Amino acid sequence: MKKFILDLIVKENEHINEDYFVLKLTSNDKLPHMLPGQFVEIKVENSPTTFLRRPISVNFYDKELNELWLLIQIVGNGTRKLSEVQVGDTLNLILPLGNTFSIPGDKNSRLLLVGGGVGFAPMLFLGAYLNDLGYRCDFLLGGRSEANMVQLNEFKRYGEVYTTTEDGSMGEKGYVTQHSLLQKKQFDMIYTCGPTPMMQAVASYAHKRNIACEVSLENMMACGFGTCLCCVTDTVDGNLCVCTEGPVFNITKLKWQI
Amino acid sequence: MADLKVKLGKLQLKNPVMTASGTFGYGTEYSDFFDISRIGCIVVKGITLRNREGNAYPRMAETPSGMLNAVGLQNRGIDHFIKHIYPEIKNVNTNIFVNVNGSTVEEYIEVAEKVNDLDKIPGIELNISCPNVKEGGMAFGVSCPAAATVVREVRKVYSKELMVKLSPNVTSITEIARVVEGEGADSISLINTLLGMAIDAESRKPMLSTITGGLSGPAIKPVALRMVWQVAQEVKIPIVGMGGIMNARDAIEFFLAGASAVQIGTANFIDPTVSMKVLEGIEDYLNRHKFNSIYDIIGTMTI
Repeated sequence: MKKFILDLIVKENEHINEDYFVLKLTSNDKLPHMLPGQFVEIKVENSPTTFLRRPISVNFYDKELNELWLLIQIVGNGTRKLSEVQVGDTLNLILPLGNTFSIPGDKNSRLLLVGGGVGFAPMLFLGAYLNDLGYRCDFLLGGRSEANMVQLNEFKRYGEVYTTTEDGSMGEKGYVTQHSLLQKKQFDMIYTCGPTPMMQAVASYAHKRNIACEVSLENMMACGFGTCLCCVTDTVDGNLCVCTEGPVFNITKLKWQI
Repeated sequence: MADLKVKLGKLQLKNPVMTASGTFGYGTEYSDFFDISRIGCIVVKGITLRNREGNAYPRMAETPSGMLNAVGLQNRGIDHFIKHIYPEIKNVNTNIFVNVNGSTVEEYIEVAEKVNDLDKIPGIELNISCPNVKEGGMAFGVSCPAAATVVREVRKVYSKELMVKLSPNVTSITEIARVVEGEGADSISLINTLLGMAIDAESRKPMLSTITGGLSGPAIKPVALRMVWQVAQEVKIPIVGMGGIMNARDAIEFFLAGASAVQIGTANFIDPTVSMKVLEGIEDYLNRHKFNSIYDIIGTMTI
């Protein structure tokens, strides 16, 4: 897919809580087509300690409204500066970057989308995309506590939502892989994005039951389009760039001990 | 309109803006963003004799005004380049240099010999300054006898433009530069990255898998400028300056210090079109100051 460098306009900056915010961006021109799993590289202005762009997963892309959503967790100076942008400001983005998830041929496939923390971001877009294509999906979302459980009403538009929190403040107490849903229901395909230990636990669950599984990685990167070679992950085909060969990988390709 | 053409040895570049090895892939990665044939010379990602997987992740750490990398020359080897990448880039209408690396003198020679046979590659950048590999790399660039040997041996088998990329991690950059010139290099490029490191205070662990890595970006520009200026006083062959160039003004400073051309590196990651902005800015500067040629400013810092 052709990549663009665009100045996009901030249409909305919705602060969900002190850790998470959603930027809704638009343009006077038609936004380039984007697929679930893909990401953007945002330039952060006026943050002296932020040198590189920030790679952020596409949270939602609305073709009709010409809107791009980015769900961002404030982790450092760069994301904090981004959280301060005002409606009407412009942000410079490189997009769309990376690959996408694979979609099973059978429309009756039982699909499970597992998100953890800010890894919820691509799962919303994937769920909406699958829904549009006529697939049904279940969402299994986990976080440390209720404060991490964002955009649940959005998710509910596209499927059943099951939740876990480590402190039990919402849904079942524990990790996503301990949720009772996994005992009750069979799945044909699992997609996941979240902290690496969570994705590895999900991958292990899928692997042991012979369920196809794709994970979306978020390695540190400098460029986002395959030239710095910093974001590699170890695969059966050697070190591959997460930004161009990923961020979505089938677990059979990764050298995870699962 | 000022004349932007410069010569590196016998080779003429349409303009003095080059892209630095390891920051511009094989060029085609940037084709979506602009017409890459407008670049004076593209230096492709470092190539070795055999496939190299590079270092383990994590390979990158952001620093104030820069970044550390520890990629470790990941590439598929020269034969893969010749078979799969060269056909894709050989018709790009500008100069393309191959950045040549080796763990031993013999490896440098073998890669250089193979590149010598490629019609559309008018030059190589001999990398004796990579700080991220265990064997070879920077080891050749921090010792005068080692630098002399590798340049001498490669010169014997390589007949086109031979540019040698120097390491800043030395006591005297001018000594190495003189040695490299004496052994027949056509031009010198500097600086490669400065050896550095970063620690995560919370986890008490290094930020890079290799502990140390190469620092690049605006943080190193004053060091690079100083070294370009010092080397310019000592050698007659053209100098290609690099190190933290983010805009045309930075590039102009390198010309004033004595560089005949510049390479844009880390800035490509942040603004993929930066090399074109630098090119336009240089042109604008020359026109504004009523200079006819880029040569009117090279090495003209007045003290």
